Amino acid sequence: MTEAPIIEAVDLRKGFSGREVLRGLSFAVPKGARLVIMGGSGAGKTVCLRLIAGLLRPDAGQIRVFGRNIERLSEEALLPIRRRMGYVFQGAALFDSLTVYDNVAYALHEHTSLAESVVADRVRHLLSLVGLDTEAQGKLPGELSGGMRKRAGIARALAIEPEVMLFDEPTAGLDPTNSKMVAELIAELGTGVCDTAVVVTHDIELANTVADRVAILIDGRFAATGTPEQVRSSRDPAVQAFLTGEAR
Amino acid sequence: MPSAGYLRSTVAWYGGLGLLTGQVARNLALPPKYVRLVVQEIEVMGVRSAGVALVAALFTGMVLALQSGVNMARFGAETYVGPLVALSILRELGPVLTAILVGGKVASGITAELGSMLVTEQIDALRSLGVNYIKRLVVPRVLAALIVFPLLTILADGVGLMGGAVIAVFERGVDWYAFWNTTLYWVTARDFLTGVTKSVFFGGLVTVIGCYNGLASTGGTEGLGRATTATVVQVSTGVIVSDFVLTKLLLILFW
Repeated sequence: MTEAPIIEAVDLRKGFSGREVLRGLSFAVPKGARLVIMGGSGAGKTVCLRLIAGLLRPDAGQIRVFGRNIERLSEEALLPIRRRMGYVFQGAALFDSLTVYDNVAYALHEHTSLAESVVADRVRHLLSLVGLDTEAQGKLPGELSGGMRKRAGIARALAIEPEVMLFDEPTAGLDPTNSKMVAELIAELGTGVCDTAVVVTHDIELANTVADRVAILIDGRFAATGTPEQVRSSRDPAVQAFLTGEAR
Repeated sequence: MPSAGYLRSTVAWYGGLGLLTGQVARNLALPPKYVRLVVQEIEVMGVRSAGVALVAALFTGMVLALQSGVNMARFGAETYVGPLVALSILRELGPVLTAILVGGKVASGITAELGSMLVTEQIDALRSLGVNYIKRLVVPRVLAALIVFPLLTILADGVGLMGGAVIAVFERGVDWYAFWNTTLYWVTARDFLTGVTKSVFFGGLVTVIGCYNGLASTGGTEGLGRATTATVVQVSTGVIVSDFVLTKLLLILFW
């Protein structure tokens, strides 16, 4: 018997102010898979990710996460489900009045009763995993560069040892070195830390590095889905226009 | 005639306020580690707002004694300046002025803080970490206000009364003992307690308004500015309007 997917969406629809952004998305993310959702700005990629995390509710359709339908769950009922996911925001969304250490340790302080020494060890390990030195621990988010903030955001999301990671434009606004580092980090997640991920991006380079499945979101629907090679060989003109950078 | 859009947003605002109040009521039981947040908020709201509340109360008591002393002397009732000042302050001015002044300051600060957390996705970050943001951000503030507002009101009552006594005695020549004798004769514990009861309600009201406007702000930083201004206006009018309703209710129940 095959294992049920960790995330499964059926005919998801979502609109804002009368404009339908997602027009019937269906997809499944099995355990261990890394799905990359690509699309232009405003295509609805972030909306898709927020629907998975239950931060938004769909107008129609079903979304099942860890085997539970979440589209009608209350905020309180969603909390234990979210604790099994790590969400990396496009702008990192670090708590700006807390140091990097407190940001990364936040979920551990909230949800566990670990001794502070254990928390400190975990934070140090996570920060080294994302390439931040111990000096960064005591800094406030406002004192960090964009790349460092993004990496601290990844460390914070990883702190609760999630079963699935959700990345929203992890390389947006980063220089090539930082982009490469973040891409490698996401690729390495499969080697033990957290093997399932949904990555939303318009960065083709990133998709090539981390994806084992790619979905191209155009006009609220997936115009192409499959392995990176299958999507690259799609005959859909809109997909080719997006991949070659000629989409309007 | 108000536009349909204005009516819709007004109904949505009252509805949202009601829903947030319901959420607060459902999440009132805080885990022990959040108690320190309540203490922090008590410090932010109480200690840092005491000055403004007490200065306002002192001068309100003084001006009340001054005005009533001059006018009551016209029909030989200057001895009753004490009860007049005391009843006005204990029943109305203490709780209402404290709620408007401290409430405006506290609630606009809450709107700005929660609104900027919303704009920078920090509230979504809390939610994504599996944290109940109502318990973490709203309930501690409401609980702190339920404690701080009556305490500040009691202090304001005392300071206002003293201000009135000083002016009645030193400016109007009323005898110190006569002032307190008539005041204690006419003023009962019920007068004091109805004022304090109102301040508990005002504390909850202004904090929920501040929190709701922050959490529901739209339109980025510009919208946040509008929400913060709206909070000050809504807190003031909310306190004044609900004061009438509460006063009527308390008179029916306890007079």
